[in-house]
Amino acid sequence: MKKVILVKNGEIVLKGLNRSTFEDILIKNMRRRLAPLGTFTFRKSQSTIVAEPDSDDIDFDEAVERISRVFGIVGFSVAAVCEKNIDDIKRTALEFLGDDLRNVRTFKVNGKRSDKKFPMTSPEIAAEVGAHILSNIHPLKVDVHEPELTVTVEVRDQVLIHGNQRKGAGGLPIGSSGKACLLLSGGIDSPVAGYMMSKRGLMLDAVHFVSPPYTSKRAELKVHALAKLVSRYSGRIKLYVVPFTEIQEAIKDHCPEDMFTLIMRRHMMRIAQQIAENDGCKALITGESLGQVASQTIDSLACTNAVAAMPVFRPLIGMDKDEIIEIARRIDTFETSLEPYEDCCTVFTPKHPKTRATAAMLEEAEALFDFAPLLERAVKEARYTYLEA
Amino acid sequence: MQAYLDNSATTPLCETAKQWMRRAVEQDWGNPSSLHEVGLNAETLLSDCRAALAKALRCKEKELLFTSGGTEANNLALFGAAYAQQKNGSRILVSAVEHPSVLKAAQQLAAEGFDVRVIPVDRFGVVSLKDVEALLDDKTILVSVMAVNNELGSIEPVEAIAALLKKKRSRALFHIDAVQAFGKLPLSPQKLGCDLLTVSAHKIHGPKGAGALWIKPGVTIRPRTFGGEQQNGLRPGTEPTVAIAGFAGAATKVAPEQHLARVTALRDGFVAALRKLPDVVVNSADDALPYIVNLALPHHPAEVVLNFLSDRGVCVSSGSACAKGHRSPVLTAAGLDPAIVSSSLRVSLSTETTEAELQACLDGIRAALDTIRRKG
Repeated sequence: MKKVILVKNGEIVLKGLNRSTFEDILIKNMRRRLAPLGTFTFRKSQSTIVAEPDSDDIDFDEAVERISRVFGIVGFSVAAVCEKNIDDIKRTALEFLGDDLRNVRTFKVNGKRSDKKFPMTSPEIAAEVGAHILSNIHPLKVDVHEPELTVTVEVRDQVLIHGNQRKGAGGLPIGSSGKACLLLSGGIDSPVAGYMMSKRGLMLDAVHFVSPPYTSKRAELKVHALAKLVSRYSGRIKLYVVPFTEIQEAIKDHCPEDMFTLIMRRHMMRIAQQIAENDGCKALITGESLGQVASQTIDSLACTNAVAAMPVFRPLIGMDKDEIIEIARRIDTFETSLEPYEDCCTVFTPKHPKTRATAAMLEEAEALFDFAPLLERAVKEARYTYLEA
Repeated sequence: MQAYLDNSATTPLCETAKQWMRRAVEQDWGNPSSLHEVGLNAETLLSDCRAALAKALRCKEKELLFTSGGTEANNLALFGAAYAQQKNGSRILVSAVEHPSVLKAAQQLAAEGFDVRVIPVDRFGVVSLKDVEALLDDKTILVSVMAVNNELGSIEPVEAIAALLKKKRSRALFHIDAVQAFGKLPLSPQKLGCDLLTVSAHKIHGPKGAGALWIKPGVTIRPRTFGGEQQNGLRPGTEPTVAIAGFAGAATKVAPEQHLARVTALRDGFVAALRKLPDVVVNSADDALPYIVNLALPHHPAEVVLNFLSDRGVCVSSGSACAKGHRSPVLTAAGLDPAIVSSSLRVSLSTETTEAELQACLDGIRAALDTIRRKG
C-alpha cells in the first residue's frame, strides 16, 4: 500500500502574500528533516502539502515522527493512495484503517470529489464506502455529528484515504522569523527556551561557556547532546563553545565576591551578543525565569539586560519550574539535563550573592579590571560545530 | 606523556592476554560443548584457561566458576549462598565499605527477608574483629568482607575473620571479594580460610567481561541463572572463550611477590612527597595496599582537580569509577569529613606503574594547587 503524508500548514495561511514564501520554507524544512530517511516529493494543493516518498522502502513511521516535530504544521495525516475505482477505494479503506476502526465505536465517511470526471458524487462515495466498512467491522455505528473516527476519501488527481488528522507541532516554519542566539547551559531551562523560540520560527545558534578544569569535557558533551535533542524541533543548531576560564578567574581575583555571578552573566551576555551579531542573529534567548535564583530577580535581570543592545527573549520568564519541566519531559531533554556534570563551577559561586545590585554598582566593580581584551579573546577563540538530529 | 593512574578502575590488556585472546578468536573459536573437533579444541582452550587461573589462585581447577565479571561473581556468591543456607538461619553480615555489587545485593536480600547487618568500619574503612564477633550469632549464614578496599586500599583482616568463624564453630559461609587484591597480594583462598572468593580479569590486565568465583569443595550454592549444563549448571551459558582466554593469559603473569617491594617503595616516595605539599591530606593508611593512594585537596572539588590533571595526561579518579561522580559511600562510611570526601582523589597503581608517572601526578597536583582558584 502506497502512503503519503498530508500536511496542513497553520498560521502561515493567514499571512497573505507571504504565504508562498512561508510554504516554500516549510517544504525546505520538511525535506531537510526527512533527508536522512530518503527523498520525498512535495506538492502544494490549497492549504495542504502532500509529501510523497520517492521509494517504497523508507521508514514511514519515523518519517511521521519527524513531521510531527516540524514547526509551521497545525495538523497532518497519513493517507493511503489507491486506484481511481470504487472497488479499490473500498478495499484500501478497510485495509488501511481497519485497525483504527476496530478501536472505535462510531465513525463516518467523508467523500470529497474534486475530480469531476469520477463517476460517483461525494455523497455516493461516502455511502458506498461506509456501507462496506459497516458490513465488515462489528460492532460499529455511523455517527455523522460526533464520530470518533472520520474516514476521508479525497478523489483528486489521485485518490487519498485517511483517518483523523493528528496535531502538528504548531508555530511558524523555522527560519521564517530569522535567527537568534540561545545561551545554552546544560540545565533544564535553556533547552526549553530554545525549543519555544524556535517554535516561533527562529533558526538557532547556541552559545555554551566552558571553564576547564572547573567544568569537564563530559559537561560539554552533555550540551552537545542537548542541542541535538532540541534540533529535532529547531533543525540544525550552530553551537559555539566559548572558553571562559580566564574570565571567571579574573572576576574571582579582582571583583567583589557577592557580585561574581552577575558580573559573569553580564560578560556572558556581552560575548554571546558579539557572536550573535557576527553570525547574523537578531536577538538573544535565555532560559531565565523570574525569581528562580538570585541572578534572576527583577533587579538582577535589569543588570544583565543592561549590557544587551539586541532584544533578549526570555520565553520562560513567567513559568514555574514544574511547567518548565513538563515541557522538558515532552521534548525529551529532561533526563539529559539531569546528568550530574553540570556544576563543577561551584568554586566560583558566592556564598551570599547580591540580589539587589544595580547596573551602576556592577559597572564600578567591572572597572576594577580591564576585561575587554579577555572578552575579545573569548569571542575569537570560540569554536563552533553544527548539531542536527 | 600519559600517566594512567586509575588502575583500580581498569587496566590495559597485557601482551599475554592478547595472545591468548587471539588463540580464542582465530584458532579455537568453537563452542566448548560441541562434540566435534572444533568444539573439542575450544574445550581444550577452556581447560587450559581454567588451569592457568587455578595456578594463579593456588586452587584446583574444578573449584572455579567463570562469570561475566566481579559484579556477577559477587551476586552469585551472595544470593547463591544465602538461599542455599536458608535452612540454617537468615543473618548476613557485610562490611560498610563493600563494593556496590555486594552492598546492593545484600540490600536486595534484606528486601527478600534476610536479616542483613552492616559491619561498621574505622577511619580507614577497616572492620574490627570485635564488631564481627558482636554481630555474629548462630543464625548467621553468610559473612562477606572484601580483601582490599577499592577506594582506600585498606587491607581487611579477612584471615582473622575466617579464624574467628572457625573458632566460634559458625556455620556461616565466608565470602571474600578479592577483586582489588588479586595480582597484588599473594592470594590463596584455601590459606585465607574462606568459602567463596571473587576475582576479576580487567583489574589484572585482562579484558572486561570475565571474572570468576572460587567455591570451596563441599560448599554448595544455588544458581542464579538457569539453562544448559555448562559449569555444572551453576553458571549456565556458552562460555565466552575470548574473554576467559584473556583472563587466563593475564593470570599467567600474576606474580604479586615480584612487584610488591618495588611498588611499596614507589608508593612510599609518592606519599612522602604528597605530605610535603601544603593543603594535601592523605586518606589511605600507611599499611594499606601500596597500589591505592587516596588523597584529598580540601580546598578544591575533586572533579576540578581531576579535570585539571586529565588535561595534563594524568588519569586519576574521584571516588570509584562505578559511582561515576557520586559522593563516595566508602569514605562517608569511614567517617571522613564531607569537605574531605568531596575533594578526594584515588591514585591507583599497577605492576607497570613507573616513577615518572607518579612524578607527573605530583607535578600536576602541585600545578593544580598553584593555579586552580580555591573554593568559596
